[in-house]
Amino acid sequence: MQILNRETTINFMSKRRIAFIGSMILLLVSIGSIATRGLNLGVDFTGGTLVEIGYQTAVEPATVRQVIQQAGFEDAMVQSYGTARDVLIRLAPQSDMSSSEISTKLLDALYKAYPDQVEMRRVEFVGPQIGDELTEDGGLAMLIALLCILVYVSLRFEKRFALGSVAALIHDVIITIGFFSLFQVEFDLSVLAAVLAVIGYSLNDTIVVFDRIRENFRRMRKAETIEVMNSAINQMLSRTIITSLTTLLVLTALFFLGGEIIHGFATALIVGIFVGTYSSIYIASAAVLMLGVSKQDLMPVEKEGAVVDDRP
Amino acid sequence: MNQYPLWKYFLIFVTVVIGGFYALPNMYGEYAVVQVSAIRGSSIDETTRNSIADILRGSGIDVLGMESKQQGLIIKLQNTDDQLKAQSTIIDTLGDDYIAALNLVPATPAWLSMFNAKPMYLGLDLRGGVHFLMEVDMDVALRQADERYVSDIRSFLREKKIRYLSITRMSTGGVEVKLRDNGDRDKASTVIRREFSNLVVSDVEGDDLSLHAKMTDQNIRETRNFALQQNIITLRKRVNELGVAEPLIQRQGDNRIVVQLPGIQDPAQAKDILGATATLEFRLADADGNSVQDAVAGRVPAGLSLYEERGGAPILLKRQIIVTGDQIIDAQSGIDQQNGTPNVTISLDSKGARKMNSTTKANIGKPMAVVFIERKTTTRIIDGQRVKSSKEVTEVINVATIRGQFSKRFQITGLDTTEEARKLALLLRAGALVAPIDIVEERTVGPSLGQDNINKGFESVIIGFIVVLIFMVVWYRLFGLVANIALTLNLVLIVAILSLLQATLTLPGIAGIVLTVGMAVDANVLIFERIREELRIGNSPQASINAGYDKALSTIADANITTFIAAIVLFAFGTGPIKGFAITLSIGILTSMFTAIMGTRAIINLIYGGRRVSKLSI
Repeated sequence: MQILNRETTINFMSKRRIAFIGSMILLLVSIGSIATRGLNLGVDFTGGTLVEIGYQTAVEPATVRQVIQQAGFEDAMVQSYGTARDVLIRLAPQSDMSSSEISTKLLDALYKAYPDQVEMRRVEFVGPQIGDELTEDGGLAMLIALLCILVYVSLRFEKRFALGSVAALIHDVIITIGFFSLFQVEFDLSVLAAVLAVIGYSLNDTIVVFDRIRENFRRMRKAETIEVMNSAINQMLSRTIITSLTTLLVLTALFFLGGEIIHGFATALIVGIFVGTYSSIYIASAAVLMLGVSKQDLMPVEKEGAVVDDRP
Repeated sequence: MNQYPLWKYFLIFVTVVIGGFYALPNMYGEYAVVQVSAIRGSSIDETTRNSIADILRGSGIDVLGMESKQQGLIIKLQNTDDQLKAQSTIIDTLGDDYIAALNLVPATPAWLSMFNAKPMYLGLDLRGGVHFLMEVDMDVALRQADERYVSDIRSFLREKKIRYLSITRMSTGGVEVKLRDNGDRDKASTVIRREFSNLVVSDVEGDDLSLHAKMTDQNIRETRNFALQQNIITLRKRVNELGVAEPLIQRQGDNRIVVQLPGIQDPAQAKDILGATATLEFRLADADGNSVQDAVAGRVPAGLSLYEERGGAPILLKRQIIVTGDQIIDAQSGIDQQNGTPNVTISLDSKGARKMNSTTKANIGKPMAVVFIERKTTTRIIDGQRVKSSKEVTEVINVATIRGQFSKRFQITGLDTTEEARKLALLLRAGALVAPIDIVEERTVGPSLGQDNINKGFESVIIGFIVVLIFMVVWYRLFGLVANIALTLNLVLIVAILSLLQATLTLPGIAGIVLTVGMAVDANVLIFERIREELRIGNSPQASINAGYDKALSTIADANITTFIAAIVLFAFGTGPIKGFAITLSIGILTSMFTAIMGTRAIINLIYGGRRVSKLSI
């Protein structure tokens, strides 16, 4: 089966200004939201205690909150989690209690109030310093990943391509995080992992398009840069669609079947794949075009390509 | 055209066989077992074994098998309900000298375990259990070291007959020695320098009667290291007391320890025992008739300290410590033969025994107190700043008259309940911690959630996988089928490598596998699209296959290497869930390169290679 049974000739690059404006709007909204609303950070980053409780029958979060407040946790946040029988209780770092006592005391109160009806499903306590460290480590990991990629792409392609790919990655990361800020979806450690995976995916996509641009530069000696890019994107279009589609299929399965705990992860990747696919064309390639790459820039790399092509 | 040399087929064949073999143990599931081990010198012999079998049979529990292993007697049971029942039955009958721990043991058949084939190691989020990250309070460790130097220098100078005004610990670290005159100071400086090679002795500017002695950097490093090691050893002992089947206690960084206790049902109990940083001190109580009332009013006589007994009554104790908790080798709870009250019998190491011996010899008939010191840490938020404060709760748990000279073994009496005696003995036995530790992170996953996570994780992998398989066949027909074989092989190889490495599989790890499945298709999509392109421009089928694979190769390599870089960085800098995700993603990238390029090519070559083909099913 084929949808695009002949090569399409869509003039992608001519729309780059409209796309640029669109991207700028998305970026501004994202940055604005991150700056004003911030992220709904999970206990992984803020520190505090999170307890997931399973009941045998459906339970009202409000009544659970009352029980917990009577036990001395005034600031407890209680919400249903996944099903009506599961509740999630969140506590900010407590000032007057030893960290490890909190969950014990909380569970004791619940066991007493609902004898034989509640079951501890999960307790997460993260000390404040651990939360700060995770934020730092996560940020550091992202920066180092970007730097390594910058170096690799400059070596394999050319520095303007490297800048283009990193620009696309930053674009994707900001918009994905912006999505979490805008809709106040909880941002925990697994979402951070997903954002880093988005970097991997988006990069993969960008490199595939770049590879074809490089090849076409060498093949279409007379063509304008813009034509070379358009043809490369068109040639890669059906691959881009199919790969995004299969990955999205798997992520959809993860989103609906993977359980509540993996929801954030799947959401981040689904957003990231849409943005990442778009950005390979309109951010990465457009940036390379804007930076004024020409076929001379790519000629010396040819030998290296020849070595790789030597394989059976 | 399009034929592989024989060795390539052979290589692929061998990889498939080995991969399949090592992935196989994951198909066999697990037995619920109760692991019985003996502590305190008792042992499990044939009689114990038979009696356990009898008891279990008597209470209607089906035993699938019993095996004596190094870690104890393994009793295999049908399900977790039987497991819990068997555990409580065994504890009730065998008593305190045995530990019955719950565990899940892989049901790998012998012919597989012979080649060291094991199923994947599931993380705590999948199997349930407790994860603690503990931090050792190094400030206290260093302060204690300084205090030791204060007392060492004091007795050393006395021995050398050098008179001093005072020897104190400085709040900034180090020891300050104040002397009477210049001559004494120079003498003291020389002898301390000679005796304490791991201290840096320096003069004090503007004060020629004082000396400062500080630990060398090397010494500080060693002290910190020792505090960490000592804590790890102590935690290990305590965990053993808890009866956990496969605990993990591991150093993390400079001052942290990871403790993982799979299958613990009651994290509160684990915390009580692990988290309480209790220590004991044996001190002589004041017998000279100093007024306790005066002390409470603030006039504490020299050489004495004011403490509180249980119930709040004040008591004066001598400052000098006879023996501390880390000199205790063993402590057992029992019932006093004479008056039937609970007691704890304590054994000391030789250093402690010597000291106890000389002290009790000189003080028969005088009272000795046992001070129980518990340390709790709280974090307060003051003016938006997080301030950590620790509070020491000291309590004189027992004051008894020294009845006679004793050294190595003696008893503490006067405890209220057997439960209390048991708990105290447990803490004593585990040895007291040199430097206190705080739990800075806790992650507990209940057993039911763990099972849910496994089910949902695998379900989503399988459904996602099947959807992709269907899609590929519809889209690329025969070539899609070939890609599907490669994709399946890819999954088998990932499982095999994870099993071989015994890397921990976590929920994010499963997510990593899911993502790899989605992305592994990419390599084949690139190749197949390229073949279609070549066909469109009128190349022959054979040439198109060849060109398709050739031209797609550098693209696939570039794309995968860059993603691999990202995965490696994640692995290096990430912790916990990020690491789990990075492991499976990296393995997935490597295996997918192999299966999607070499694997599919081999099959395509077998189908189309070396013959005249007019049309490809793509």
